[in-house]
Amino acid sequence: MNILVCVSHVPDTTTKINVAADGKAMDPAGVKFILNPYDEFAVEEALRLRDKHKGEVTAISVGGDNVKEAIRQALAMGADKGILVKGEKTDSFQVASMLADAIKPLNADLILLGKQSIDFDGMEIAPMLSELLNMPTATVAIGLTIEGNKATVEKEVEGGREVIELTMPCIVAAQKGLNEPRYPSLPNIMKAKQKPIQEIVGTVGATRTEILQMTKPEKKRANKILKSDGNAPAAALELARLLHEEAKVI
Amino acid sequence: MNILVYLEERNGQIRKPSLEAVGAAHAIGGSVSVAIIGADSPALIEQAKKLNVGAIYCVNDARLANYSSRATGRALAEIAKQAAADVILIGATGRGKDLAPRIAIRLEAGYVPDVTTFSVDGNEIIATHPVYAGKAQMNVRVTTPIKIYSTRPNLWKASNDAPASEPSVHSVTVAFEDSDFTEQTKSLVLSQGKLDVAEADIIVSGGRGMRGPENWAMIENLAAAFGGATGASRAVVDAGWRPHAEQVGQTGKTVSPTLYVAVGISGAVQHLAGMSSSKTIVAINKDENAPIFSIADYGIIGDAFEILPTLTEAVAKLRSH
Repeated sequence: MNILVCVSHVPDTTTKINVAADGKAMDPAGVKFILNPYDEFAVEEALRLRDKHKGEVTAISVGGDNVKEAIRQALAMGADKGILVKGEKTDSFQVASMLADAIKPLNADLILLGKQSIDFDGMEIAPMLSELLNMPTATVAIGLTIEGNKATVEKEVEGGREVIELTMPCIVAAQKGLNEPRYPSLPNIMKAKQKPIQEIVGTVGATRTEILQMTKPEKKRANKILKSDGNAPAAALELARLLHEEAKVI
Repeated sequence: MNILVYLEERNGQIRKPSLEAVGAAHAIGGSVSVAIIGADSPALIEQAKKLNVGAIYCVNDARLANYSSRATGRALAEIAKQAAADVILIGATGRGKDLAPRIAIRLEAGYVPDVTTFSVDGNEIIATHPVYAGKAQMNVRVTTPIKIYSTRPNLWKASNDAPASEPSVHSVTVAFEDSDFTEQTKSLVLSQGKLDVAEADIIVSGGRGMRGPENWAMIENLAAAFGGATGASRAVVDAGWRPHAEQVGQTGKTVSPTLYVAVGISGAVQHLAGMSSSKTIVAINKDENAPIFSIADYGIIGDAFEILPTLTEAVAKLRSH
């Protein structure tokens, strides 16, 4: 089974986001970057399927040299090789197009990725790849089984679960809970340094959206904090009154 | 501007985020039409006729009885062409966020996901959407002639106005291909009566301060008193006390409710990222230094176990008037 995992390189979750000097992007100074957490579930699922069905797992990413770090993390978990599609990441259509062009000649049976990257939270790549590659897709996957050329995905939806059947080759976008990603072992981290990362030049086309500005929402909070001071019921009643009369939320 | 709004259906009803998207369409301004796609459209058309829209476009095909995102994408793109839509709005639900990027590719149109605000200047639309789990936001312009947006639930008022005159109904035929049905829903099982955290107007969330899953009835009762949904911090989801579907935070759901009540939650950066855009925030925590208090509008420093019973009763009383 030829499995591709699309991975991305994102600021870690504790990052305090600051706006860069141009006012349109995050200031990367001092920021720790990690493999997108949702992609970890995708890599783990790829490894399990490879071990079950025999095959190969390739981690692929779009960007500059720095995203090799994310590919190395996937290799350290156990992916066999990597591909870096060199190109500037401007908008999601660009990224999806560059990925699709790189993926087309690879004859993948299964493409896995996280449901979203935690930088732009767009959830766009999987459906865009579906259209660009003409492959069926299921997103927010918390379960995946493969039998013959059919994939069955259990999808988390608002208020419930949806079961979707796909024919392969197909694309599945992972949600937290799909599996428990393994921690790279030290031997695998060392082995990862020897695994090949092929570099190809991405075909950069036109963008379709333009970022005008990035800002940090400034919301002034009332900060009316009561102390229960031995009389919790009184504080509770006062809070209810404030929510009713002042905040007018009840 | 010709604005087309996709109406998503669940259990034979138009979903609330779609009605809110109609409200967003009116806020942008222009002529508004809606799209209904499925195998049982007549019932939905009757509901749509009550909306303040000029036209209803409909694709009704038996093959759509089992939902297929690809087939629906093809149908919506076809409707958009027939409606000569300049702007397409889709409620940012799970299905909506799958559908919007598809039609963006089909129509060669730019797309902005999860929009929280539109700012309109003549024909120029600037869409704002949260990034980095809501720690920041981007103002974005779509540079293609056709513009597609998914609208975050619970931010616009669902359109309730009656139409000036009955909307015209247009039936659209789509030449589906077999490959459109290579992904199909086999089953959809919904937990009865449980309001999803991502669409709730009011959320009561619990954290480790609740001490154990056996105490969650207190959270559920308070949520019920408010008429809201229950949420959870990552810590209690990872501990197995609550399902991941309830998790609010950077690796859970990002929510924008009218009221967010955090009980026994310290307020880690990742949790705040998921709920800091809530209109009103209430925090209840024993620890006066808990970071959650810094972004709270109201709060009580005290023991949740002593506070919640009285609070629940008081809220229920106030809401029953």
